[in-house]
Amino acid sequence: MSDLNKLTLADARDKMRAGEVTSVELTEACLSEIEGASALGAFVHNTPEIALEQAKAADVRIQAGNAPDMCGIPLGIKDLFCTKGVASQAASAILEGFKPEYESTVTQNLWDAGSVMLGKLNMDEFAMGSSNETSTYGNAVNPWRRTGDDTALTPGGSSGGSASAVAADLCLAATGTDTGGSIRQPAAFTGITGIKPTYGRVSRWGVVAFASSLDQAGPMTKTVRDSAIMLETMCSHDAKDSTSVDFAVPNFEAALTGDIRGKKIGIPKEYHMDGMPAEIEKLWADGTAMLKDAGAEIVDISLPHTKYALPAYYVIAPAEASSNLARYDGVRYGHRASLGKGDGITEMYEKTRAEGFGPEVQRRVMIGTYVLSAGFYDAYYNRARRVRTLIKKDFEDVFAAGVDAILTPATPSSAFGLGEMKDADPVKMYLNDVFTVTVNLAGLPGITVPTGLDAQGLPLGLQLIGRPWEEGDLLNSAYVLEQAAGFASKPAKWW
Amino acid sequence: MSIDKDTAARVAKLARIRVEEDALPALAEEFNAILGFIEELNEVDVDGVEPMTSVTPMRLKRRVDEITDGDQQDKVLKNAPDAREGFFAVPKVVE
Repeated sequence: MSDLNKLTLADARDKMRAGEVTSVELTEACLSEIEGASALGAFVHNTPEIALEQAKAADVRIQAGNAPDMCGIPLGIKDLFCTKGVASQAASAILEGFKPEYESTVTQNLWDAGSVMLGKLNMDEFAMGSSNETSTYGNAVNPWRRTGDDTALTPGGSSGGSASAVAADLCLAATGTDTGGSIRQPAAFTGITGIKPTYGRVSRWGVVAFASSLDQAGPMTKTVRDSAIMLETMCSHDAKDSTSVDFAVPNFEAALTGDIRGKKIGIPKEYHMDGMPAEIEKLWADGTAMLKDAGAEIVDISLPHTKYALPAYYVIAPAEASSNLARYDGVRYGHRASLGKGDGITEMYEKTRAEGFGPEVQRRVMIGTYVLSAGFYDAYYNRARRVRTLIKKDFEDVFAAGVDAILTPATPSSAFGLGEMKDADPVKMYLNDVFTVTVNLAGLPGITVPTGLDAQGLPLGLQLIGRPWEEGDLLNSAYVLEQAAGFASKPAKWW
Repeated sequence: MSIDKDTAARVAKLARIRVEEDALPALAEEFNAILGFIEELNEVDVDGVEPMTSVTPMRLKRRVDEITDGDQQDKVLKNAPDAREGFFAVPKVVE
């Protein structure tokens, strides 16, 4: 059977159980695609030996019967996840050579279920970026191109390598992480599905920390069903992450009934941004009509503090990052600068961090340091945390009024060209997350689904935001949207 | 609130990131662009609003205070740029 790498996760699961295909065959198909796809810059550390060993073990387990759904599925893992004995450097030069002596809880859950690791995936350095251009490995490239134009486009960020790899069928699915939109924006830019679960649903243990009160991991997949299957395996209560909740993990796939009759879908007026392209407005209106046709009740809602989400995020996330990244000091792991005669420990810290962190990471660490410094803590950090309370209350109010999910655009544009934002001021890049960042600040689950192409032939996505802990219900609404939109386009292979 | 060259130098020092003297003006300018954007938060009436401490209303779990881990000196030191005799080695700290 050819093109095994193009299977969805659900189809691969079913075919392996039916004895039509083995995990080793699937894994070999993916490994050979990865080999030919270096132009995408998606995989940055390949682990073919580990993959084949895991695949063999998975085949034995599947044959024995009762193997978990994720057994034998070849995956790409974002470089932010610590994987035992395998380079894990958050796409930063400061973690050059770092091979953890431990495994992140999320990846351990996947390996326990029999999944296969193909390798580590490119990303923005420390997950700080929206275009995968801050990576020490170089850019990840979007497999999609504008019609009749071979300009290299961004796959989005920070999970750009994950998005590129899944969209190009290099793996069946990938892990991503999302602090302000880092799963959902790249998923939308590459025509795939990505879900950020409720804060606390997935353990953060062993995932390199960026902003701990916002970070959540989630799956990036070809379909909503695949996201449901993979998310369930990623979730768990974990004593090693004190913010991970001790709730039972539901069977998310079973929630995909395709029936959303009587559900209330909110359309927030504040998400009609000035200067939003007509194509995005139309995509949103079309998506609204699809959910209405499926029997949902559409209601206009207001989330009045939306406008303040990005500025609040750009206080809170850098503040937490400046604290989390203090550990990169050249003492315990990673890079240490070579020192001059007479240099002491302070020079070692300063030189190590100047050499090891890229410009965007340095900028955010310093902004975070500033907003937390004496005299500014109240004016910036505490004020941002108060605004965050108000942003969360906006959502609580609409959910209390009976809204089940909220439909918004995923991104303010389709994928842009690599290098196009190079000279723009950093704030312009931050605007990429305008529709996604509210969800992190409020700790809610959010999913993006591809629903159309723009005039240039590039994918566009819509976002659904759900009630806390109701990922099953959210996935079901996304499933209905996916079925109605019938998005089936794939990028033409040029790599 | 505008950040000048000296403030940028002070922030870089606090963050323990070496920034060369000639890079400071551009850095200050970037800070100002970002802080200008953040200033929008001043429009919000936050009187009587509690700063968020936890996005999910939860009590942190407690556990028995007992040793559950340890005796992994080799693993702890494995990735150190300079480890000697079972310790992390750093430039001289105390005269």
